[in-house]
Amino acid sequence: MEEILALAKKVAEEAEVYTVSSEETPVQFESNRLKNTQYKQSQTVALRIIKNGKTGYATSTSMENARELVDDAVATAEFGTKAEFQFPLEQNYAQVAVFDSAVEKVTLEQMTQLGEELIARITAYSPEILCEAGVTKANYKLNIINSRGGQASFRQSVFVMGIEGQLIRGTDMLFVGDHDSSCHPILKTDELVRTTLRQLELAKRLAKVTTKPMPVIFAPDGVISSLVLPLMSAFNGKTVLEGASPIGNRLGESVFDKTLTMSDDPTIPFKTGSRPCDDEAVPCQRTPIIQNGVVSNFLYDLQTAARAKKKSTGNGQRQGGLPAPSPHAFVISSGKSGFDEMVKSIDEGLIVEQLLGAGQGNTLGGDFSGNILLGFKIEKGEIVGRVKDTMISGNVYQLLKEITAIGNDSKWVGGFLFTPSICCSNVSVASR
Amino acid sequence: MTDLQTIGQELAQILKRQNADYIEAHLEEGQFSSISYRGKQLESISKTSSIGGNVRALVKGGWGFVSFNDLNNLQEKVALAVKQASFVGKEVSQLAESEPIVETVKAKIKENPLLIPLSEKKQLLDEYNESIWSTSGIQTSNLGYGDGHKKTAFLNSRGSFITQERTDVTLRAVAVAAKDGEVQQAGLSEGSRDDFSPIRKLHKAIKELSQRAVDMLTVPTVAGGQYTVVLDPILAGVFVHEAFGHLSESDFVYENERMKEIMVLGKVFGGPHLNIVDSASRPGLRGSFKYDDEGTPATKTYLIREGKLAGRLHSLETAVKMNEKPTGNARAINYRHPPIVRMTNTYIEPGSSSFEDMIAYIKEGVYAKNWYGGQTSMEMFTFSSGETYMIRNGKLAEMVRPVMLSGNVFNTLMNIDAIGNDLDMNQGGGCGKGGQSPLPVSNGSPHIRIRQCLVGGK
Repeated sequence: MEEILALAKKVAEEAEVYTVSSEETPVQFESNRLKNTQYKQSQTVALRIIKNGKTGYATSTSMENARELVDDAVATAEFGTKAEFQFPLEQNYAQVAVFDSAVEKVTLEQMTQLGEELIARITAYSPEILCEAGVTKANYKLNIINSRGGQASFRQSVFVMGIEGQLIRGTDMLFVGDHDSSCHPILKTDELVRTTLRQLELAKRLAKVTTKPMPVIFAPDGVISSLVLPLMSAFNGKTVLEGASPIGNRLGESVFDKTLTMSDDPTIPFKTGSRPCDDEAVPCQRTPIIQNGVVSNFLYDLQTAARAKKKSTGNGQRQGGLPAPSPHAFVISSGKSGFDEMVKSIDEGLIVEQLLGAGQGNTLGGDFSGNILLGFKIEKGEIVGRVKDTMISGNVYQLLKEITAIGNDSKWVGGFLFTPSICCSNVSVASR
Repeated sequence: MTDLQTIGQELAQILKRQNADYIEAHLEEGQFSSISYRGKQLESISKTSSIGGNVRALVKGGWGFVSFNDLNNLQEKVALAVKQASFVGKEVSQLAESEPIVETVKAKIKENPLLIPLSEKKQLLDEYNESIWSTSGIQTSNLGYGDGHKKTAFLNSRGSFITQERTDVTLRAVAVAAKDGEVQQAGLSEGSRDDFSPIRKLHKAIKELSQRAVDMLTVPTVAGGQYTVVLDPILAGVFVHEAFGHLSESDFVYENERMKEIMVLGKVFGGPHLNIVDSASRPGLRGSFKYDDEGTPATKTYLIREGKLAGRLHSLETAVKMNEKPTGNARAINYRHPPIVRMTNTYIEPGSSSFEDMIAYIKEGVYAKNWYGGQTSMEMFTFSSGETYMIRNGKLAEMVRPVMLSGNVFNTLMNIDAIGNDLDMNQGGGCGKGGQSPLPVSNGSPHIRIRQCLVGGK
């Protein structure tokens, strides 16, 4: 790394070298049986330079071609965008614990046993179900150094366990399942089994749905597959700077229901979205973005913050290219309602757990639409069965203005979102 | 530079000495560049080079897979893959026979994007971006250009050693219009294989999409419900990919007795005018190749012929387990993943209807054009349009906001009651499956009409 930095400094005013290396070991089950085990080693080195005030960028999977990497970065800097930020100086980072050496020590045999146990417990309940399961351990190592003396490095361990069951009756296909992730080993299958069996139980009967607006409870998985994607772009400092965020000029205003509070929080220990610093060596922080319905902050990286005359919130993340603002882990504050209580309060409505097709369409404007992959019908305060061939659509800015209840049943979804169930009053539903 | 040929020869020797039922390796090197714009400014420009490989071993029915960037100690990596496979394997390996093939396949590059200077690419993107911004009412724009050249080597324990290369170019352009807190967007995706020139021809399309984004601010949203829907070739291509293409991937079927009952050859899925094909052997498209990632030659496979299930897509493993022939559909997005069953170029064959005939007797319907995305869970699928109009009394009527359409494979295909004569292939798509996205594919169709299609809306 030092060699690349030294070479780059000869031809550019400023430079930053970023490396990430990873080892992942997935164990995969298909059709209720162990199918394969894998070991994936990967590494990337990225060089960002500022030459004549402009940004150049090149990446490689090899540390050995320093000269080529520098040449590539110089070639792009000629056309690069004006660098309006400075690399961070050396500084202290808050301790965010995201590494547990116990993850690496989990053996293939243990991982296999976990997968077998998951499948055995689910097929015991429903002998005809076919399951895919995955148990993965991984570790990541990140290093950043820059020409102003700034540096950062940390290791993260990740353990992921998931199951998806498919139950076919005639031509009807039902998909159930759950997954969990942590920086600690997950050595118990109870939680995933409990959720999956509950889904199977509720899905035993089919219920009819009529085309009309009705209240919908978005269960935690439903919140991520329906409501969160539009908010990711709306709170992105870059979208705001461009004037393309519907809430960009409403900082400090009440835009959402006053029961809604949400933050980006990468500082919770041992969560897979947590980390001490971002991909530009800026310390991570908890950033409140909605407080009691009021828009309170947007998320920034160094360059976007400089252009918007703000400070980086430590949200610079690289998805294969230059750092750009991106949330680490959204946390929606829990409410007071029990899930059953929410269900009881509804005369006719739906529960949405999985939505197919979210993220297509005008997410920037807050629109979402999708086919309910897993969801249930509520009639007179009772869950009466699973719904099919049914679409919901709406606009998150309208829906989240009229929240009727927020649950006390928060859970982590996909390692990225900690959310309770959210009940909205008037969602458009179309069915065959 | 490291030489794939030399490393390949070394690996070939190692593979011969292993105690496995089957073993294969992939090596890959690539150079990529990307340019993106957000708003009026160039946002980022970058160059990437990558080299890596993998080894996949089969022992007693169990698979092991090791991928790496570090090309040292290949012997150890091969041994680890075999060890993993032995850990998993408790049955008898079943894998279709394949001929050993030794061949170097050269790409037929028409206009090589890698030889075009960055300044020229930037000039073109500047023109496109200015075109978007010259439209009144535009709030921001988004352009993403990428090109890449990949050289791959495939070798296996049966003696195959195949090197292939490909060049891919993609451009995504999005225009965003905003007014009074409303935001609307319109976009296009173009892709090309081994040829930069299609990327040069988008001036008119980009001008149109900018105006469309602005127009969409003031048009109504369709009421949700069931409609007679006419799809243009681009969206119908997305439809055929989502609605049926994924269901014909045999890895969903080969170890699933219930699925086998549903997907029995000869089963009627549509009317006698419906023919669906997947063909990697159709040259020059983004899903085209000579050999798949298991070294199987590309084929043309009828998935549906005259409305009946006629075939499906196979890897070496799924083919032998279903007692069918391999179709050359085992593909991996790159060396970090094992090959899985994927589509290539998927399309509905043309029929005889003209567009005018198709809409002539529709009292109230929806004409959905262009695509935004699509997703499937096999039985259910969704796909969304980029541009939408109402059809009223047999004529195209007012523009409405883009819609999401949804269906159920067991009745929606049956509801296709007219197929046009104007097949067109869409090169701008990428497909995601099993964490591998976006895989270059193309899909296409003529205009089609679907009765009783579920449309999401107000």
